Amino acid sequence: MTAYVPLDTSAVAAGADDVATALVDADIDVVRTGSRGMCWAEPLVELDDSGSRLGFANVAPGDVPAIIEHRERHPNCLGPLDGIEYLRRQTRAVFDRAGDRHPLDLAKTTVLEDCLLRDPEAMIAEVETSGLRGRGGAGFPAHIKWRTVFDTPGEQKYIVCNADEGDSGTFADRLLMEGDPYRLIEGMTIAGLATGASRGYVYLRSEYPVAAGIFQSALDNAYAADLLGTDILGSGKDFDLELFIGAGAYICGEETSLLESLEGKRGEIRVKPPVPAVSGLFGAPTLVHNVISFAAVPAIMKHGGTWYAELGVGRSTGTMAFQLAGNVQRGGLIEVPFGITIDEIVNGFGGGTRSGRPVRTIQIGGPLGAYLKPDEFDTPLTYEAVAELGAGIGHGGIVVFDDTVDLARQAHYAFEFCEVESCGKCTPCRLGSVRGKETMAAVMEGREVDSKLTIIEDLCEVMETASLCQMGGMTPIPVLSAIKRFPEDFRR
Amino acid sequence: MAHTDREAGVRAREIALRNRERTGGVLRALREIVGERGHIDRADEHVVADVFNLSRAEVRGIVSFYHDLKTTPQPGVQVRVCQAEACQSVGARELTARVEAHLGIQLGEANETVSLDPVYCLGLCAQAPSMMVNGRALARADLRDLAQEIPS
Repeated sequence: MTAYVPLDTSAVAAGADDVATALVDADIDVVRTGSRGMCWAEPLVELDDSGSRLGFANVAPGDVPAIIEHRERHPNCLGPLDGIEYLRRQTRAVFDRAGDRHPLDLAKTTVLEDCLLRDPEAMIAEVETSGLRGRGGAGFPAHIKWRTVFDTPGEQKYIVCNADEGDSGTFADRLLMEGDPYRLIEGMTIAGLATGASRGYVYLRSEYPVAAGIFQSALDNAYAADLLGTDILGSGKDFDLELFIGAGAYICGEETSLLESLEGKRGEIRVKPPVPAVSGLFGAPTLVHNVISFAAVPAIMKHGGTWYAELGVGRSTGTMAFQLAGNVQRGGLIEVPFGITIDEIVNGFGGGTRSGRPVRTIQIGGPLGAYLKPDEFDTPLTYEAVAELGAGIGHGGIVVFDDTVDLARQAHYAFEFCEVESCGKCTPCRLGSVRGKETMAAVMEGREVDSKLTIIEDLCEVMETASLCQMGGMTPIPVLSAIKRFPEDFRR
Repeated sequence: MAHTDREAGVRAREIALRNRERTGGVLRALREIVGERGHIDRADEHVVADVFNLSRAEVRGIVSFYHDLKTTPQPGVQVRVCQAEACQSVGARELTARVEAHLGIQLGEANETVSLDPVYCLGLCAQAPSMMVNGRALARADLRDLAQEIPS
């Protein structure tokens, strides 16, 4: 009998290491794996007996003898793994391998051998057909960036992966890097082959030490297996890839700030244009994408852009790795085609709040995302439909709050977060955040509420229109969405 | 003391030289020094500035920008409690207050044995609230977890 126990941060932080030890002590072979994304079930244990895996949720070390003895009859048993609704209802194009094996088992490459022989223009055309849009937050069509880097002359071009996943409510980048690091390496390598870039960097936040360890080992293995470096698999093509760890700065998730930081400087944002695809790292043409954007590339190359495009709805093509978090029963990774409703995610997959109280709001798209009301939950999750609500999908994070939430306090926090994390380069963000926080504090104390709210609206207009990047430019979104949808919280 | 200072300076120079030709070498060197000693002091900044041919002000500017680059000696136990939205939705503010009371220091403070800092997201948002003790992440954290990690 073999037991599979995840080794990613979600599992380990819930006590998976002690569970693995208890299983070993019970004479069970233990294989450590990546995460299935069912964070609510961690530590998740899968028992394999004669080929089929049985899942057990929230296993404590003391449960081990009982789950081995009672198996299906144990209260924590989720049944056979391929029958678990939470996974069965997902369509995994990016996370299809994550969770079933050790992340460093060098699985066969998906499609790299083919791509080494393919014409770069054909690969860019494939990305265009797929309709892939950047998964980091902005949703910009990927192929335009690829084409621009390809077309811009330059001795040295770069591929840079933004793994500075700082948005609260998001963890897909971490799960991918901890669960299937080779998928990211392959996606970046293909991007390099297509755009003519022979060097790449993964910029990872320092808050993810486990991801850093796994990914570095994956890089070492990939070099040893001739999948990176010079003359990859004897093809004559080169691609070097390196991991770079940040030093604690949310703003470094903004692509130009990230590039400054990768050059070793203060992570202050750059004025755009020029965009990084024209002038990025050290002024060279640079393709910057989020982890999940790169990780979608192997499936697109393997199954074709048309296959990928048909998965989604309209201009929101393919799958999105949504991350359900906060006050919710079953939070985790939910990779599904675009077009699923918010309700299906929050109440279907999520099962409502963990506290058992009514859902009052969700925040979608990270700390710079909008607060929405339950009567908007029938909205399909597409870039277009969510934009009509004045919101954005961002990196796919959805944070659930119950009816104890105070939206004035959340609006105050939005300014506070901007104050802490502003890079300081432009005044609307650097000072607007401070003034916004002070003014919101006055509102919360009931002092001159009407005039203060008017000041906040004016301030938000300045921040939105005059900030140099989205940090200052989008901080008004949580603030104004909260005021608009929950005015009663601002007049207590 | 002077002897130790000199040794520290030699080590900082070693680290800086090793990273001099690497992409983002300054930040790599600063991170490495902090990783080894817990903080970076003025003398280290001077060494790094010298090796990378930067002004001390430029190095100071980099150090002051990043939350991880501490400039004061850090106590043996470092606690970080997530303050971001997903954790707020399940009681991060209350947890923070309890941790503050337990440790006898406020968020952002330190004493001889322990520091308590805010962190904005550990990526455990589906298992909130979360905290980190000496680099070890804890999901659905409560005061008991902390007491286990720090025997008082």
